[in-house]
Amino acid sequence: MTKPLLSVANLSVTFDIPRRGAMPWTPKDALRAVDSVSFDLRPGETLGIVGESGCGKSTLARAILRLLPSHGGTVMWLGQDLLRMGKADLHTARRDIQMVFQDPLASLDPRMTVGQIVAEPLITHYPNMTRAERDAKVHAVLERVGILRNMVNRYPHEFSGGQCQRIGIARALVMEPKLIVCDEPVSALDVSIQAQVINLLMDLQNEMGLSLIFIAHDLSVVKHISDHVMVLYLGNMVEMAASDALYANPRHPYTQALIASVPVPDPNYVKPAVDAKLAGDLPSPLSPPSGCVFRTRCKYATDLCATEKPKPQDAGDGNLVACHHWRDL
Amino acid sequence: MTLLSVDNLSVRFDTNDGQVSAVNGISFDIDRGQSLAIVGESGSGKSQSVFALMGLLARNGRATGRAVLKGKDILNLPARDLQHIRAEQIAMIFQDPMTSLNPYMRVSDQMAEVLMHHKGMSKSDAVASAIRMLDAVRIPEAAKRIHMYPHEFSGGMRQRVMIAMSLLCEPDLLIADEPTTALDVTVQDQIMTLLKSLQAEFNMAMILITHDLGVVADSCDDMLVLYGGQVMEQGKTVDLFSNPSHPYTMGLLSAVPRLDQKTDRLVAIPGNPPNMMSAPSGCPFSPRCDHATDLCRSSVPPLVAMGERLRACHYEKGAVS
Repeated sequence: MTKPLLSVANLSVTFDIPRRGAMPWTPKDALRAVDSVSFDLRPGETLGIVGESGCGKSTLARAILRLLPSHGGTVMWLGQDLLRMGKADLHTARRDIQMVFQDPLASLDPRMTVGQIVAEPLITHYPNMTRAERDAKVHAVLERVGILRNMVNRYPHEFSGGQCQRIGIARALVMEPKLIVCDEPVSALDVSIQAQVINLLMDLQNEMGLSLIFIAHDLSVVKHISDHVMVLYLGNMVEMAASDALYANPRHPYTQALIASVPVPDPNYVKPAVDAKLAGDLPSPLSPPSGCVFRTRCKYATDLCATEKPKPQDAGDGNLVACHHWRDL
Repeated sequence: MTLLSVDNLSVRFDTNDGQVSAVNGISFDIDRGQSLAIVGESGSGKSQSVFALMGLLARNGRATGRAVLKGKDILNLPARDLQHIRAEQIAMIFQDPMTSLNPYMRVSDQMAEVLMHHKGMSKSDAVASAIRMLDAVRIPEAAKRIHMYPHEFSGGMRQRVMIAMSLLCEPDLLIADEPTTALDVTVQDQIMTLLKSLQAEFNMAMILITHDLGVVADSCDDMLVLYGGQVMEQGKTVDLFSNPSHPYTMGLLSAVPRLDQKTDRLVAIPGNPPNMMSAPSGCPFSPRCDHATDLCRSSVPPLVAMGERLRACHYEKGAVS
């Protein structure tokens, strides 16, 4: 097996939340947004991350890129720990790791032209590049994502949402990265445009051997694009498996519930008799349940779940499940 | 008698850049206990068509056509008459439950206001009825939570509050404008299940506006596919899903990846949604349609009955696949 490009081990992110009406010197509450998450990503692979809002998907992505401070764990990138790297090394490493954001328009500077936006990473990382070289790269990458040459001098507001997202992708691609982290790249787009952007990302991945971390709340989209899928719940990984296996045979009760909740676009679809659906809301991450974080909404929960936190176990085929009772379900 | 019969409804806006047609001649009938989905992408006119029914158009908007509710045309009624239709006969829930509730008012006050205004109830009676309604939408500890502010509820709970509020006067018709778009799938599922059971319980008609075909398949009898303000295809949900005949409907259905099937590559619809400021002449879908001919680009296809459904396309059925 090839060596992983990115290897994340026990990554945790904690936010300090001041208590209501607290004095400046009272200790702050700790909110565990991401709790000991580990995974490997190999070159050319796509890892999908799914979960409800507030489960820590975006925080995890940002912590990997060190856009947020993390608390414990390692992020090994080509043999080096990103979290303990010096500023200069981090700057170099970030050439190879780029990000695409959720809101296509808000992630582009409204006062820069599209050409300037896409050229900016090159100016930052390769200040000695000549203007001609830079322009050639910018034009090539914009053309690849389907933005016509005569649009280079336009401003972001002159483009539709789908086109803005293509520009965001071009800005990430112009560095010829090894990894692109996509944080909900299609959730703000119409369905017909969503398909265009997904196809573009998959084509680019094949052409350039890119690795992707693809974050979305839409399970169908994640299944379509990913090789492996990680399911997060309250900052904890509850299940990670090869995409087809996860959907064909979900093992964790939370994964089962998520999949059962997705409406199927087929009026003749007969719902499975077993009701795996969820009741209630996500508990507050400030006071997560003891033991297994999912136990308050899980109908299989026992006393063991309340006292002991389940560790991710290998379910036999390399797929990981964090549940005490997965064998009995 | 049909509850609501909409005939040739059009919505136009006067802007500085000229007149914009947001909705062009849509017609449908809906009866108690029935549900209709209006499906379309952003800018297709799906929200404006129901805003016109409720008298919620922006000031520069004008609606033409007829919308007969229980024998009375409600289109372009003066505000005073509309007050008796809104909430009492037609209620509406909106996409974003946070921005549609008043953040400065307790839920109890907001809900009681509706009943005091429309039914002339006293405050204490109104709050008591509001609590019963919150129970009906399965909010736990309703009597206690009704005195909270909207920000103290989660997204799904806020949408339940919205639904409860819309049902207070027991309307004949409930319009849900993207009720679950801002919610997670697990919560979306809870809300849609709730809406369906309430619809049966109160014997209401429901118009569901959405872009999510999964939600439509699961919960609506009829559907109407809008594109660029025009009806592309209209008919029974079961029929349209199993046998779509308009290129746009087919495109929409194949553009979404499915959990229960494996697709190698999504069939994307090329191009961008139309800018209604400069709508194409002819069929609005023609710039993005693989099958478009000169005829499609020059003349708008009429909405023609084809079996049980209506369809607006110059192609014969079956010529497109």
